[in-house]
Amino acid sequence: MIKNIGRYVILMLETFRRPDKGSVFCKQLMREFKDLGIDSLGIVAIISVFMGAVVAIQTAYNIDSPLIPLSMVGFTTRQSIVLEFSPTIISLILAGKVGSRIASEIGTMRISEQIDALRIMGVNPASYLLLPKITAAVIINPVLIIISIVIGLFGGWLACLITGMVTPTDYVVGLRGWFEAFTIFYALIKTVVFAFIITSVSGYMGYYTKGGSLEVGASSTKAVVYSSILIILFNLILTQMLLS
Amino acid sequence: MIQAFNISKSFGESKILNDVSLSFEKGKTNLIIGESGSGKTVLMKCMVGLYDVNKGKVEYDGRNISKMSFKEKREIRKELGMLFQGGALFDSFNVEENIMFPLSMFTKKSYEEKLERVNFCLKRVNLENVNNLLTSELSGGMTKRVAIARAISLNPKYLFCDEPNSGLDPKTADVIDELISEITQEFQITTIINTHDMNSVLNIGDNIAFLYKGKLWWQGNKTEILKTDNNELNDFVFATELTKRLK
Repeated sequence: MIKNIGRYVILMLETFRRPDKGSVFCKQLMREFKDLGIDSLGIVAIISVFMGAVVAIQTAYNIDSPLIPLSMVGFTTRQSIVLEFSPTIISLILAGKVGSRIASEIGTMRISEQIDALRIMGVNPASYLLLPKITAAVIINPVLIIISIVIGLFGGWLACLITGMVTPTDYVVGLRGWFEAFTIFYALIKTVVFAFIITSVSGYMGYYTKGGSLEVGASSTKAVVYSSILIILFNLILTQMLLS
Repeated sequence: MIQAFNISKSFGESKILNDVSLSFEKGKTNLIIGESGSGKTVLMKCMVGLYDVNKGKVEYDGRNISKMSFKEKREIRKELGMLFQGGALFDSFNVEENIMFPLSMFTKKSYEEKLERVNFCLKRVNLENVNNLLTSELSGGMTKRVAIARAISLNPKYLFCDEPNSGLDPKTADVIDELISEITQEFQITTIINTHDMNSVLNIGDNIAFLYKGKLWWQGNKTEILKTDNNELNDFVFATELTKRLK
C-alpha cells in the first residue's frame, strides 16, 4: 500500500513536468478532449435523462401529504441531481468508461515496449501520456456534468409530463425555487477532483503494468475499482468539508 | 564508440549480469549473442539507461551515462536510436506519424521538411507509399523496417537493435540484416545488435560478443567464431541439425 502510494506520487511528479514540446502537447490535448469528453457525451446524456426521470417519479411517489406542495418534486429533483447524481454517479460511470480505456491503452503501450521507446527517444513518457489526459479530463468533465444536470432536469420534466403525477408547471416552479449558486460550485469542485482521480489512478495502473494481455485486463479492472472507491471516499470528504 | 565497464545487474536474488566489460566500435555491426536468458536484453537496457546498473559504468564516446543527471541523460538519448523486438511502433499513429514523431519532438522543422525526411528514411529502408498505413496493417518485416526508419530519423550516432529478426522468415531476416549493416556503414553509426540468429552472426558480425550465464564468455568476429574451441560457444553455434551438418 505504502509502496503504491509512493510510486503514484513519483509518477505524478514526473507527469507534472513541463511538456517536452508545447505544440505536441496541444495536439494531444485536443485529441483527449474528443476521446474523453465528446465520445462520452452519448452515455452521459442517456444516463442523465433516465436518472432525472426516475428521481422525479420517486419524489412524486413519496409525497403523499397534502401539506407539501407538488412543486417540491422539482426542487428535490434539482437538488438531488446537482448535489449528488450528476457529479458522483456520472463520475462513477466515467471511471468505468474512461478509466478502463486509459489503463488498457497505457498498459498495452507498456507491455509492447512503446513506453520504453518514448524514454529511449528522450521523451518523458509520464508527461507525454498522462498530462494531456489529466488536463483534458479536469477541463471537460465539468462541462459534461453541466450538460448532465441540464439533461437530468429535462428528464424529470419529461417524466412529469408523461406520467401526469405532477404538472410541468409545478415542476418548473420547484426547479426555480430556493436556488443557491453554491450548489453548482460544489458539484463542479467534486467533478474536478473526481476527474483527477479517474485519470491519474487509471494512468498509474496502466503505467506500471507488467506481463502480457491478461495483466492489461487486470490493470484495467483495478483502475475502475480503485477509481470508484476513491471517488466514493472523496465524495464523503468533500461533502463534509464543503457542506457541513 | 560505446564502452561498458564491469557491468553487474541483479533483480532481487537473481544475478543477471556479472562483471561484463565490452567495447563497441563506430561503423561496425557489433553483435551480442547468447542463449535466451543469458542477459543480452538486460545488458542492452543497462547500456541505454532503461535499467540502472548495480556496478560498473557505460560510456558513450567517453561520456559516462551512469553519472549523468536526468537532463543530460535525455540529451544523450536524442543521439540514440533503438529497434525493439516487436518494433514498438505507436498504435495510435500511422507510419508517417510514427517516423515523424522524433522530428516533431526535437526539431523545429516545418511539416514539409519533416515529410521530406520521413520519405527519405522510408526510401532508405526500401518502403514507399506506405505513409498512411496504420501499424496494424503492416507485416512483420514492414514493421521492423518502419521501426528502423523511425530509429534513424534523427540521424543517431548509436543504434541499438534488440533481436531484429525475431518472428521473421529467413529471407526477410536477411534483408533486415543487410539493411542494418548498410545503414551502419553509410552513416558511420555505432550499432549494437542482440541476436541468437546464427545467419545474422555469419552475415554481418563484425564484432561478436558471446554472453553465457551473465558473463562475457568469448569475443571475436564472424570468421573466428567458426574456428573457436570454446565449448559453450560451439554448443550454441552448432546447436541445430543444419549447422551440425555444415560443420
